[in-house]
Amino acid sequence: MRAFFTALALICVTFTTAAFEIEEERDFPVDSPRAELRILSTTDTVTFAPLIDAFQRLRPDVSVHYTVASSQEVFQAIYGENAAFDLVISSAMDLQMKLANDGFAASHSSPETQSLPQWAYWRDQLYAFAQEPVVMIASRLAFDGLDLPQTRQDLVRLLRDHPDRFTGRIGTYDPQLSGAGYLFATQDARQSDTFWRLAEVMGSLSPKLYGASGDMIDALTKGDLAVAYNVLGSYARARLPLDGDSVIVELKDFTLTLLRTALIPQTAGDPVLGGAFLDFLLSENGRRLIRDEAGLPPIDEQALAAEQHLRPIRLDPGLLVYVDPIKRKRFLAEWNAAIIHP
Amino acid sequence: MRLALPPPRSIRRRLILQLLVVAALLAMLLYFSIRSVARDAVETTQDSVLGAATTAIAEQLRGSVDGVEIDILYSAFSMLGSISEDRVFYRIIVADQTVTGYEDLPVPTETAPLLTPIYYTRNFRDTQVRIAAVIRAILVGRTSVRVQVLVAQTRQGQEAIVATMANRGAALGLGFFAVAALLSLLTANTALRPLNYIAGAVGRRGPQDLRPVTQEAPSEMVPLITSLNGFIARLRGALSRTETFITEAAHHIRTPLATVRAQAEIALRQTEDADTRQTLHRMIRAIEDSSRSASQLLDHATVVYRTDQRANERFDLGDLLRGVVRSLDPTADLKDLILATSLPDDALTIEGDRLLIESALRNLIDNAIKYSPADNRIGISLIRANESAMITITDDGRGIGSLATGDLVGRFKRGGNVADVVGSGLGLTIVDEVATAHGGTLDLQNREGGGTCVRFSLPLL
Amino acid sequence: MRFLLVEDNVDLGQSVQKRLAMDGHAVDWAQDLHSAQDHLGVASYDLILLDIMLPDGDGRDFLAGHRRAQRDTPVIVMTARSAVSDRVALLDIGADDYITKPFDFAELEARCRAVLRRRGGAAQTRQAFADVIFDPLSATLTIDGDTRELRNRELRLFEILVAAPGRIHSKAQLCDRLFSFAETVTDNAIEVYVGRLRKKLVGSRARIETVRGVGYRLTDG
Repeated sequence: MRAFFTALALICVTFTTAAFEIEEERDFPVDSPRAELRILSTTDTVTFAPLIDAFQRLRPDVSVHYTVASSQEVFQAIYGENAAFDLVISSAMDLQMKLANDGFAASHSSPETQSLPQWAYWRDQLYAFAQEPVVMIASRLAFDGLDLPQTRQDLVRLLRDHPDRFTGRIGTYDPQLSGAGYLFATQDARQSDTFWRLAEVMGSLSPKLYGASGDMIDALTKGDLAVAYNVLGSYARARLPLDGDSVIVELKDFTLTLLRTALIPQTAGDPVLGGAFLDFLLSENGRRLIRDEAGLPPIDEQALAAEQHLRPIRLDPGLLVYVDPIKRKRFLAEWNAAIIHP
Repeated sequence: MRLALPPPRSIRRRLILQLLVVAALLAMLLYFSIRSVARDAVETTQDSVLGAATTAIAEQLRGSVDGVEIDILYSAFSMLGSISEDRVFYRIIVADQTVTGYEDLPVPTETAPLLTPIYYTRNFRDTQVRIAAVIRAILVGRTSVRVQVLVAQTRQGQEAIVATMANRGAALGLGFFAVAALLSLLTANTALRPLNYIAGAVGRRGPQDLRPVTQEAPSEMVPLITSLNGFIARLRGALSRTETFITEAAHHIRTPLATVRAQAEIALRQTEDADTRQTLHRMIRAIEDSSRSASQLLDHATVVYRTDQRANERFDLGDLLRGVVRSLDPTADLKDLILATSLPDDALTIEGDRLLIESALRNLIDNAIKYSPADNRIGISLIRANESAMITITDDGRGIGSLATGDLVGRFKRGGNVADVVGSGLGLTIVDEVATAHGGTLDLQNREGGGTCVRFSLPLL
Repeated sequence: MRFLLVEDNVDLGQSVQKRLAMDGHAVDWAQDLHSAQDHLGVASYDLILLDIMLPDGDGRDFLAGHRRAQRDTPVIVMTARSAVSDRVALLDIGADDYITKPFDFAELEARCRAVLRRRGGAAQTRQAFADVIFDPLSATLTIDGDTRELRNRELRLFEILVAAPGRIHSKAQLCDRLFSFAETVTDNAIEVYVGRLRKKLVGSRARIETVRGVGYRLTDG
C-alpha cells in the first residue's frame, strides 16, 4: 500500500514539476522579502548575478529566483507549459518573437522603455537590453603566416586553399541543438549567398559542431580549433585573454548583431515586479552595469551607426518564418546536406 | 398706457443658434467623413501590402512529385513588420489540409479567383484580424491540387493611424466649428444691421414726424415697412381728419355762439328793463363760460399730448414772456389793469417746448387778469435764480383762499373764493403739467396784505 | 372806424355789422373772398376783420396774398381756433392780431385800437369837442395844449359820451359798456370813473352833467 501511494505521489510530483529542462537554478534571498521575482533566462547566472545584486540594492524587499535553461526549453516553458515566470530573457530572438506574436507576452510601458530606439523593441511587449555582435574567433598560432580573413569570401578562399591546416579544426553552432545557432545560421543565410558556399566548404573539412559559444571558446583556447565561426562576441570578450593567442574578428562584409530580449509573460505572477526589473535593465544605471558588470554591450544606437558592418537582426515578424516547422525542416535538410553529408 | 408684451424672442439669437447647430452638424459630418475615408484608405493600403505578402508566398509554391513545396519568404513577413507592429498569423492549406501555420485561422467564406488576393476581417483568438487569402492550383504529378495561402495581421496599426487621422479630423472639425461660430456671429449681426438701422432712423424722428419710412430695406423687411408706412398714413389721415373735425367743430360751434353773444350785446343796448338786462347778462356769462372752458379743454388736451413728445428748442424766455404780455395787454387794459413787467436785459435761454411754455405763461397771466379786481397792478417779473429762470406774477386780488397749491392744480379744482368768477379750473392744471414736463416748478402763495404770488420756474440751460 | 368784415355766416355777419354800427363804426360786409377783393379794389379801410373758413377759400391764403401784394391794411383774424400754435401761425402769416369767437366787443375794440396805434394813422381819428381835442388812439385829451392821458375806462367813457353829446346815458348802459359781463360791479363804480374823467376835463368848457335818477351826459359849457 505504501509503495502504491509513494508511486502515486512520485507521479504527481513529476506531473506538477516543470517538464522543461533546467540547467541552473539559484535563489537570491533577502532579509525581509515582500515579493519574489521569478526570472527565466538563457543567460548563465554568473553573468547575470551582478545585475540581480544591483537590483536588490534598489529593492531590498524583493527576493529573486533565477532559472537558466536553453532557448528551446525557455520557449517551451512558456509556450507549451504556461509556466509562471515574471520575466523571460532569451538570446533567441525568433522564439521570443513567436511568444510575443502568439499572444504570450504582456504589455509594459514606461519612460525607460520609451527611451529605446525604434529597432530595439517590438510593440510594447518585447524589449532588447543588449546588442552583441556575432563574431569569428581564430587562433593566431594556427594562422601563422596567413592573413586573418576580413570577409566571408576571404574565409571561404582561405579554407579552400588550406584544407590541411583547417581540416577538423573548424567549429560552429549545431543549429539543430542550439536555438542561437539556428538563428545565426538562418540570418546568415538570409544576408548573403556566401553562407551556403561557406557551409559547403566547411562541410568538406570535417567541421566540429557545438551547442554553445562557451564550448567553442574553450575548444579554441585549448587548441582544438583554429577557427570558430558565429560565436557570441560578449562571451568571447569575457573568456578570451586579451593578449593571448586568440583573436576576435568581426567580419567586415557583415557582422550579425544579436539582440538579447526580455518579455513579461501573460502567466506572470507579479508582472509589475517583472516590469520593474525590466525598467532597471533599461535604465542608465542598468545599462552601465550591463556593460561593466555583466560584460554585455547595452543598447547603443550610436555604436551601431559608427560600425557600418554591424547588422542588427530585425525584431519583426520575419523572424517567424524560420520558426515555421516546414521552413525549419527545409533549412536543416539543406544544412545537413551541406555540412554533414557533402 | 403700457401694453404687457410677452418677452421678446431674439431673431439674432435664433439665427446664431441655428447657424451654430448647422455648423456643429457639418463639423461632425466632416469628422466622421474623415474617419471613414481614413479608415478606408488605411485599410486599402494595408490590404495591398498584406496581399503582396500573401501573393509572394503563394508564388513560391512549387509542385513536385511528392507534393507541394512550400517556401515562405522571409521578406514577405518582414515586409508586414515594416508598416506596423501588428501580430502576424498565417496558414497554408493544401487540398483542405492545414500543412503549416495557425490551424484556427479562419478561411474565406467566398470563393476567390486564382492568384488574386481577397480580404476579409474576422475574430481570431482574442482579437480582430485582417486576412488576405490567395488560392493557387498546383500540379502535383498529374492532379491539380488546390492550395490556399492565408496571411493575417492584427489591426492595431491600422487603428492607430485611423485614430491619429480622426484626431486631426476632430481638430479640423473643431477649428471649422470655431470659424463657423465666429462667422455666424458676424453674419447675424450684419444681416440684422438694416433692421437696427431703420429702427434707429424711425426712433430718432421727432414727435410730429409722420413721414413715410423711405430708407432702403432688404426685401424681407419690405412687407413690414409697407405695413408701417400704411399705418403711418392711416395715422396721419386720422390725425388730419381729427384736426379737420376739430377745426370744423370749433368753427360750427363757435360761430353761432358768436352770433348769440353779438345779438345779446345788441339787445342789451336796446333795453332798459332790469329783468331783461339780467337775463341777457346771464346769457353772455354762460357763453363766455362755455367758450373759455372749450378753450381750456382743448389747451389741456394739447398739453397732455405734447408733454409726451416735446418738440424741444432753445429760446429766450424773456422774449417769449414779452410777446405774451403784449398779446394780453388789451385784455388787461379793459379792466384798467397795468401789467408791470420787469425783465432782464440779457437773454435767459431755456430748452423746452416753446408752444407749451407759451401756453403756460398765457394761462398764468390770463388767470391773474381774471381774478384781479379792476384798476390794479399785476407784477410780472423774470429773474435768474441759481440754475433756474423764475417768473413771478403778483396781483392784489383776493388771494387763493385756504387751499394749498397741490389742491389748486388738481383738474377742475377751483379756489374756495372764486365761485363768482367764470373759469373751468383747468388753467393751473395746465401750467403745472407744463412745469413738470420741463423739470420746473409751480408754486402759489398768498401775499401779505392780500393778493396772490405765483412762482413758475424752469431750469436754465 | 371803417371796417371790412369778411364773414360767410349770415347771422354772425349781420350781428357783428349791427353791433359795430352801434358804436358808430362803418362796416362793409363781404360774404366771401371774391367780394372782399372787390371791396378792397374800390375802397380803403382802417381795418379788416377776417374769418378763416370761407366758402371760396381759406382766409389765411387770402391774408398771405394780401401781404404779398404789399397791402398793409391792418387785419384782425376772427378765429374759432384757440390753440397757441394756431395763433402763432396766424401772426406768422401776417395778421396783426386775432380774436377768438365768440368775442367780447369791448375786447375787439381794444385790440383794434392797439393795432391802429401800432400802425400809426392817428391823425384821422382825432376828434374835437368844445375846446377839447380827443385822440382815442393815443388815449389823450388835449386842453389848451395841455395833453392829459386817459386810462382805458376813462377813455371808453369819454368816447361813449362824446359820440352823442347832450344825450343822457343811463348808469346801466354805461356799466354794460365799461365793465365786462363777468365782473361784479359796485353801485358807485360809474361815479368813480365819472369823477376821474371830470378831473381830466378841468380847465375846459366840457362838462359831465349828472342827471339824478337818469344818468349822465356830456355838455359844452
